[in-house]
Amino acid sequence: MISSILAWFTDPANWQGEDGIPHRTLQHLEYTAMAVLLAAAIAIPLGLWVGHTGRLRWLVSVANSVRAVPTLGLLLAASLWLGPMIQSDLAFTIPSILVLALLAIPPLLAGTYAGIEAVPPAARDAARGVGMTSGQVLRQVEVPNGLPLLMSGVRSAVLQVVATATVAAYIGLGGLGRYLIDGIALGDYPQTAGGAILVAVLAVVLDGVFALVQRRVVSPGLTGGHRVRGRGKDSRSVSVEADRPSTDSRTPVVPA
Amino acid sequence: MTWLADNWQVVLDLAGRSLYLAGIPLVIGFVVSIPLGWAASRWSRAYPAIITTTGLLYTIPSLALFVIMPIVLGTKILDPVNVIVAMTIYTVALLVRTVADGLNAVPDDIAQAATAMGYKGIRRLFGVELPLAAPVIAAGLRVAAVSNVSIVSIATLIGVSQLGDLLVDGYNRVIWGELITGIVACVLLALALDAAIVLGTRVLTPWLRVPGAKA
Repeated sequence: MISSILAWFTDPANWQGEDGIPHRTLQHLEYTAMAVLLAAAIAIPLGLWVGHTGRLRWLVSVANSVRAVPTLGLLLAASLWLGPMIQSDLAFTIPSILVLALLAIPPLLAGTYAGIEAVPPAARDAARGVGMTSGQVLRQVEVPNGLPLLMSGVRSAVLQVVATATVAAYIGLGGLGRYLIDGIALGDYPQTAGGAILVAVLAVVLDGVFALVQRRVVSPGLTGGHRVRGRGKDSRSVSVEADRPSTDSRTPVVPA
Repeated sequence: MTWLADNWQVVLDLAGRSLYLAGIPLVIGFVVSIPLGWAASRWSRAYPAIITTTGLLYTIPSLALFVIMPIVLGTKILDPVNVIVAMTIYTVALLVRTVADGLNAVPDDIAQAATAMGYKGIRRLFGVELPLAAPVIAAGLRVAAVSNVSIVSIATLIGVSQLGDLLVDGYNRVIWGELITGIVACVLLALALDAAIVLGTRVLTPWLRVPGAKA
């Protein structure tokens, strides 16, 4: 079994053209970028606003409850409903991208909101005390302090989209999911497994890249790279995956 | 609605399979996560290793993990065991961290008081620390339960039968009643599992309901 998968990987035919691994990988990345950017354009400003003003917090709970809806069901329903309305080739792509963006909203919203919400009130008060305007407090205090959780939200959203884009190949989306769906349909296990390995590697690599970005953009004052006196063992970084289990977003944990 | 009226027995049967495929991994994953999470909280050197490994496994998209399982386990491609093991991996990946963080959050003075009263090792873990961490662990279990039900529906694409069959069949034959029934049934199953965990936690943590008490 392993050797046939290796043969699939080393077959030059699988590395060229529309159906080739480079093109499919690029497609997968494109869909992911489109969906996450679309979702971020909605969820991040909204999360900042909810966190900053403390208003409409129920939005976060509503977004979270969407997670109980099976992603496969959402994809299939969107395709069946929107597909016939679109005349061009995009009939397969647009419903998928919309659902992918919809699925990326809850982690982004929860991460952004939780990040802002978890900023110590003392820091916020101090910022107001030195005369910062509401906008300055948001930009210079709340966003930098909330970045670890916001970035965790981004990472969860990216993973969710990469995973669901694979499934979306069933309703005609391109990308690496094609190998899995077509491989299963044809009973071609080497192609199916090859696609699965590629998707898994892509997800792990993307998450690693975002982990590095997170490390770069988060202030060293928050990550424990710079020790704060008197905080003892709690000086470990404060970063909780927004949608991963934690009732208290302030539980100190080491980033995964 | 007419579709559901004609096919409710099929729906119930498939819901039973979904419950099995999502629930069994939840139980196994929970049992496996306790010692792993405990090790991660006990030895600070084990923490990053355990959390990174489980985090990495959690990163792998579900459809890919289902398909890779036969290579790892040597099972048949259509074997439901693939789904059960994959879901167990996700459950463990989610729960280990919660268990470790929940145990870490038990205040030191309580652990010391327990030791002073003669609680040692395993007895302290099961008698004092785990019960106190129960609300945090339950929160993790709830997330795992809800996401398991959603992920299990994808198993239809690899030919393992459960509620996801309604989604795919409804889509392929354009039967909206079937597709909607599938979605609603998945949501209801997720909510039922979630409610069961909330109820179980309430029963297991009576001290949290004493007036004025705080965790």
